[in-house]
Amino acid sequence: MSDPISLPRPAPFPARVSAFFWEGVDTDELRVQRCSDCGELRFPPRPMCPDCHAVAWNTETLSGEGRVYSWIRPVHPRLPMFAEDTIVALIDLAPGVRLVSNLCDVALEDVEKDMPVEVFFIDLGEGRRLHQFRPRSERSGG
Amino acid sequence: MADPREAAIVGIGQTEFSKNSGRPELQLACEAILAALDDAGLSPADVDGMTTFTLDNNEDVDLVRALGIENLRFSSRVPHGGGGSTGTLAHAMAAVSSGLANVVVAWRAMNERSEQRFGVGHTVSNASSPGTGTGFLEWSMPFGAATPAAWTALGAQRYMQEYGVSNEDLGAVSVILRQNAATNPAAWFFEKPITLADHQASRWIVEPVFRLFDCCQESDGGVAVVVTRADRARDLAQLPVRIRHATQAVPMGIETVTDFYREDLTRMESGEFAARELYERTGVGADDIQVAMLYDHFTISVYWQLEAFGFCGRGEARDYIADGHLDLAGRTPLSPNGGLIGEAYIHGMNNITEAVRQIRGTAANPVADVENVLVASGMSAAILSRS
Repeated sequence: MSDPISLPRPAPFPARVSAFFWEGVDTDELRVQRCSDCGELRFPPRPMCPDCHAVAWNTETLSGEGRVYSWIRPVHPRLPMFAEDTIVALIDLAPGVRLVSNLCDVALEDVEKDMPVEVFFIDLGEGRRLHQFRPRSERSGG
Repeated sequence: MADPREAAIVGIGQTEFSKNSGRPELQLACEAILAALDDAGLSPADVDGMTTFTLDNNEDVDLVRALGIENLRFSSRVPHGGGGSTGTLAHAMAAVSSGLANVVVAWRAMNERSEQRFGVGHTVSNASSPGTGTGFLEWSMPFGAATPAAWTALGAQRYMQEYGVSNEDLGAVSVILRQNAATNPAAWFFEKPITLADHQASRWIVEPVFRLFDCCQESDGGVAVVVTRADRARDLAQLPVRIRHATQAVPMGIETVTDFYREDLTRMESGEFAARELYERTGVGADDIQVAMLYDHFTISVYWQLEAFGFCGRGEARDYIADGHLDLAGRTPLSPNGGLIGEAYIHGMNNITEAVRQIRGTAANPVADVENVLVASGMSAAILSRS
């Protein structure tokens, strides 16, 4: 599962509104927007708070602990830059924050909905990093 | 008596549905449009409006030039890819009812198998097509989620987990649609029905959600419909089919296909909004609909729309299907043409033409006494009725 990737993955290609997110990932941080006015978290990135319409925002670095909302194994067509057992998952990290990522170190048949997971980062080369998730054991209050 | 300003479908046309048309997409579009105008008893000289939806490679200017149309007073392109296919009826309706145009042609023509396949996967992470409603692919590509099947499966898997639905349960939809296609000579899968065992033997496309037979086809072909006002429709060649209402739905948080961010992916909120709008506007309810043309790019989409449009409650689609309610002899037959899985994937437009044939009584698999047909394509929907 942690086999080296034979071909480079399609690298993230940040849009203007999402550059802060990928800059965070490159330093092993998951940053999302928090409205400067009302404090709501939001993802995917957007320039305006849908609740209070403030355009000012800060970034908040998330702990990277979340739960599996959904998961799949794309089988066909085979993409040579991904290992055959690659699991794509939707990870819920906080209210209003759901990311697409990969779920690693677990077999497809052992994944359960709402399974607790934690983030880790892999190297894509040329200074680029990428967030991945793996199962975590539940801690009290986690 | 219908309002004279109400819109009606007065002509339908199509090319053959194949895997290699052997001719340019623009020619497919021209052929389908001419056939639809001929069906209506009209000619390109009568056309003053056009509409299609995103991902069609044909431009209105090229169609105007190729067909010899003098001038378009109205031209639009509905967003959301196939999700917007029924939205063409909303645009055409708005145009003719308001007087922006008299005769609007809605078209779709693609070589979606022999030229531009949707199923082969994207590998460029900055790919983004304005107007499709599909989110910036930077969020999917780096992780190997590269196809509509993979994107759709992420929502489907949560539904299946929540309600204990298996891939075999999804297969029941394919079996119905392939059975319908088997007796529709226009269908690519004419005389090729499948059993649930065949479905289960087809290879995984996205494990554990979609097998090959959960996916619609990739098809070459063109389809067109002609819309005008009810008062004008009476004098034309065919029994007019009333557009009772047509609507689009773009609820907060939705994306087309890459629809990951709504809180609850087990429900199709766009369908729920569209259903409310259609039912309130027309007074027609789920019980009054004799044929359900539900967009079936993947089998799960039928589940979601059955629940969104109130044919059954949430989480009940599997049992509703198992009880036979979608069969040709059932309560509300599903896509008697075979849908996008069985007939062809003309991106939803071939489900509109089938609705018209069911109301005219000219379908290959006619349902008895059809008054109202629901055509739903995720982010747009319409109720069509007998005049």
